Amino acid sequence: MISEKDTIPKLVVRDLNFFYGNDRALKDVNLTIPEKMVTAFIGPSGCGKSTLLRTFNRMYELYPKQKATGEILLDGQNLLEKRQDLNTLRAKIGMVFQKPTPFPMSIYDNITFGVKLYENLNQHDMSERVEWALQKAALWNEVKDKLKQSGTGLSGGQQQRLCIARAIAVKPEVLLLDEPTSALDPISTAHIERLIDELKKEFTIVIVTHNMQQAARISDYTAYMYLGELIEFGDTSAVFTNPKRKETEDYITGRFG
Amino acid sequence: MPTFLHYARLKLQNWPDILFRVITRISAFSVLLLLAAIIVSLVIGSLPAINAFGFNFLSSAEWNPVTEEFGALVPIVGTLVTAGIALLIAVPVSFGIALFLTELSPRWLRRPLGIAVELLAGIPSIIYGMWGLFIFAPLFGDYIEPWVNDHIGTLPMIGAFFSGPPMGIGVLTAGIILAIMVIPFIASVMRDVFEVVPALLKESAYGLGATTWEVMWNVVLPYTKIGVVGGIMLGLGRALGETMAVTFVIGNAHSLSKSLLMPGNSISSALANEFNEAVGELYTSALIELGLILFFITFVVLTLARFMLYKLAKREGKVT
Repeated sequence: MISEKDTIPKLVVRDLNFFYGNDRALKDVNLTIPEKMVTAFIGPSGCGKSTLLRTFNRMYELYPKQKATGEILLDGQNLLEKRQDLNTLRAKIGMVFQKPTPFPMSIYDNITFGVKLYENLNQHDMSERVEWALQKAALWNEVKDKLKQSGTGLSGGQQQRLCIARAIAVKPEVLLLDEPTSALDPISTAHIERLIDELKKEFTIVIVTHNMQQAARISDYTAYMYLGELIEFGDTSAVFTNPKRKETEDYITGRFG
Repeated sequence: MPTFLHYARLKLQNWPDILFRVITRISAFSVLLLLAAIIVSLVIGSLPAINAFGFNFLSSAEWNPVTEEFGALVPIVGTLVTAGIALLIAVPVSFGIALFLTELSPRWLRRPLGIAVELLAGIPSIIYGMWGLFIFAPLFGDYIEPWVNDHIGTLPMIGAFFSGPPMGIGVLTAGIILAIMVIPFIASVMRDVFEVVPALLKESAYGLGATTWEVMWNVVLPYTKIGVVGGIMLGLGRALGETMAVTFVIGNAHSLSKSLLMPGNSISSALANEFNEAVGELYTSALIELGLILFFITFVVLTLARFMLYKLAKREGKVT
């Protein structure tokens, strides 16, 4: 389905099915997420977009009775395989959640938390990494004088950028954003959206959003999902201006959902 | 609109509120009053002993009712050491229980295990004491203490604490029984506070690739530290004041020994054992002063806990 732009596939999903106990939440999903682009998943609540996102870092494995079948290839490697090490997988695929979740520690320690899990940096390199991550997340200027203060004392928008900085500090290849602006005010949202536009130069970004305008504004590719099925996937402008499927058109024109 | 009528009704509605406020205020202040009354009566009761022994009371290991020489060192040490042993064992075990119950246990096992922990908390202390004296102490003396003697007792430095006759009863036994008694308290508080940690917060840590241990130790524990410290203090409070179970197994000997296997005494168990037979003003007064000291120890412990939380908050960057 992807043809107009030259893209390299980063994540390839093949015949993915997902089960909550006996409930089938994803039905034979097939799609290819291109490298260093922003791919958005849209659709009404309960359509499976968050579920799909959470299969990419196997977050669902924290919970009993949830399982995925099929294949998800990250650079050709099936990450759903048993022998795939979860920690290395999550080092490559970072995630940011619906609500800001700063850890109860200083801003500096929030950033180093993930880095320390994989790398043994000396203090100088670590400080540089912290600055790099905070710069990338467009937070450095606001917090550079209070790195030792608690991350929970920041405003909501700053906290969310801290979480983005924390995720990219590990230098992942893919960044999963699960409705990252749903708990933020419009100004903070605009901030994060600008940030996503910057970040896609270095990271492959997959974003779940409730907000169709947001998907239209920031994504290169859009997937519309409904009741666990991938209805339509393609170039964002094509999906929004000239949807191939009737269901997609109904949803994006607001007739439904 | 007749606004004055409205106003009158408003006034009428006001007085139960005022009454309620007065009642709550009386309730709150009665706590302070009670506390002050207890302290005052303890101080008055211990005045004869304070006058007779002064600060020597704290440093003397003498306890002789016949010559009326009294010193509190043995029960103070016994109380602190048994409570210390109890916490040393109970805190890590409780953390393990709570971690298992909230993170690792299969769902169907959570409720029965949780209920078992709570039932353990409900067992009267006299039963722990009897069990400790008749079942645990003999087994401990026959099987564990000889081993402790042979293996830990021969080590340099700490060896002296672990050598002595394997009698079963003693300070170490009391500490272990206390640990068993406080585990359910600490474990259930820890479990409760771990359960309220937002799933998203844990997911963010897991999402960075942290292991269960790293998530618990670096994220969940700091997030819940006030509750966890509160739970530990609850356990410590019980360990410091526990009377019956300790009396049964500590040996009730007013002698100071380096070895944890030797019998000793604790403040509360000395009080329980000796109040009946205390004759003479000085003997009674010495016992009351012991009670005052226990009160003081508990107060210091609570203050230290507050201080510790403050230090933690400072390190985390909340207080500057």
